[in-house]
Amino acid sequence: MDQMTPPPSPQDSATTNTAAALEVCNLQMEFKVAAGRGHHSVKAVNGLSFQAAHGQVTALLGPNGAGKTTTLECAQGLLKPTGGSVRLLGENPWNAGPALRARAGVMLQDGGLPQSARPGEFLKHISSMYRRPADMQELMDTLGINSYLKTPLRRLSGGQKQRVALAAALAGDPEVVFLDEPSAGLDPQSRAVVFDLIAQLKQRGTAVVLTTHLLDDAQRLADHVVIVDRGTVRRSGTVAELIAGDDTTGVLRVGLTARQRDLWEEAPPSLTGAGPESGVQVEMHQEEVTVTGTFGPQLLEEITTWLATTGELPTSMTLQPRTLEDVFLAVAGREIR
Amino acid sequence: MNTSARSITTTANPRTAHPAPMWRRVISQTRYEALTMLRNGEQLLLLVILPVIALVALSRMDLLDSVLPAGASRLDYAVPGVLALSVISNAFSGQGIQTGFDRRYGVLRQLATTPLGRSGLIAGKLGAILLVLAAQTVLIGAVAWFMGWHPSASALLEAAPLLVLGAVAFTGLGLLAAGTMRAEATLAVVNLLWVLLAVVGGTLAPASALPEWLAPLIGLLPSAALADGLRHVMVPDDPGALLGPVVVLAAWAAIAWAATARWFRWS
Repeated sequence: MDQMTPPPSPQDSATTNTAAALEVCNLQMEFKVAAGRGHHSVKAVNGLSFQAAHGQVTALLGPNGAGKTTTLECAQGLLKPTGGSVRLLGENPWNAGPALRARAGVMLQDGGLPQSARPGEFLKHISSMYRRPADMQELMDTLGINSYLKTPLRRLSGGQKQRVALAAALAGDPEVVFLDEPSAGLDPQSRAVVFDLIAQLKQRGTAVVLTTHLLDDAQRLADHVVIVDRGTVRRSGTVAELIAGDDTTGVLRVGLTARQRDLWEEAPPSLTGAGPESGVQVEMHQEEVTVTGTFGPQLLEEITTWLATTGELPTSMTLQPRTLEDVFLAVAGREIR
Repeated sequence: MNTSARSITTTANPRTAHPAPMWRRVISQTRYEALTMLRNGEQLLLLVILPVIALVALSRMDLLDSVLPAGASRLDYAVPGVLALSVISNAFSGQGIQTGFDRRYGVLRQLATTPLGRSGLIAGKLGAILLVLAAQTVLIGAVAWFMGWHPSASALLEAAPLLVLGAVAFTGLGLLAAGTMRAEATLAVVNLLWVLLAVVGGTLAPASALPEWLAPLIGLLPSAALADGLRHVMVPDDPGALLGPVVVLAAWAAIAWAATARWFRWS
């Protein structure tokens, strides 16, 4: 984007960006909701804490209604928390002055775009609020907005609007960017472009704070994942740390022949660590045996030895590390909210 | 990378984004809001076309003949009411509807996160209303002039601050509607009130032209106060007074803005 400022090298970031870009500490947010004749309070956020660093992508991951957007709105200064504290670039974002607002870019979940405006003029207008705005021409080029600059926003598709909203968030060349579900409604091409842009922001030392419920996005983009559920942090760390976890390391799937299935049902092999009380679960689903849990090569050997006794090759055999999705479902549960 | 440049970087972050100066932010918002209003077809109908139709109708028909002061023509008497109506169209209906839909689509919140902020946004809206009002006044004045209206310079000078006070009061009322109701409800309510205020709110026709029992109540409406004030300074030999309307209008402005500050919801 702005070619004038060279991107900070990793050493620079390590030595100069000591303070966190965003610090959320024991955040509480209670809403009054009309219920019948009276009101009752709903705690959307209940004691949530996390930090976001410069030059990193921090992803808030959680099911619908987990409190992700509310947390972002407190960090953006749009909501006044009912408890706890938020420090954005060292300052309190609630009632912050224009100087702090200039340093943070915001992409709202519902877009925040006037329906009758045209993308080109709206983005130019937003960029006029900053002393040194980003190179809007280049930004619109990168995001492919140039092809619909003069089409009223109400006639654009969800993905096209989404890209305009992203450009608006980046118009001031901010130090911190908040992206509420940046990849919602994007086609694969736009998604790739948006991901590239986020990678460039990281390179420039920008702190990117995003929410998503697309686990794939979080796994690809995030340096730091914060799993939020029921208004509080359930688990956080790098993707690798979360996947390494403590209760599951992998999933082994073995497809069996008809004869092997019969043999398995008559007398299943005894596997190290398997059993109702241990961490390893063995299940037979249709034509496949699934082994989930923390297991070592020993277990693999036991299975292949058993397969050898049957005298037949299995129809398939895969060993996969567990994904962020496995972790997420383990933490947030499987029920739909 | 230049090593000497790196060594002087002592702040926590290598670059700091800055806001544009306040006057530039507000002027930019004023320009943007004004263009948005003027480009919208429905808004143009409300802002200019309906007031001009009212002007032509009132000067061609005998609706107001019973209350016409001795030295005034129909046109003399119609122009101040039509200008008051254009203030209501612009500040109350126009900006009320625009703000209501901006609120619904999250535009208010988006702009509140930029350096413009909430106060800059309101300042920009007020600026746009005054800019559009100036254009409306010139246009309506020009149409009236071609129809034979020739006001004195002093009448115009005295009318200007009243128009501004009226715009401030009706902006407060428009924002109050936009910030407390759903966008569709705002649209319906301000359009209904526009019709009621125009016809029986003392705007186009003074309270004295309406049923006697209604007159004292109508005098307390902001629409009647604005139109009566304008008629007093613009119509030769108008029997009314200026102080009463100014006090009523100022009170409406104060109440509307206080209520807006208290109850306006940004989302």
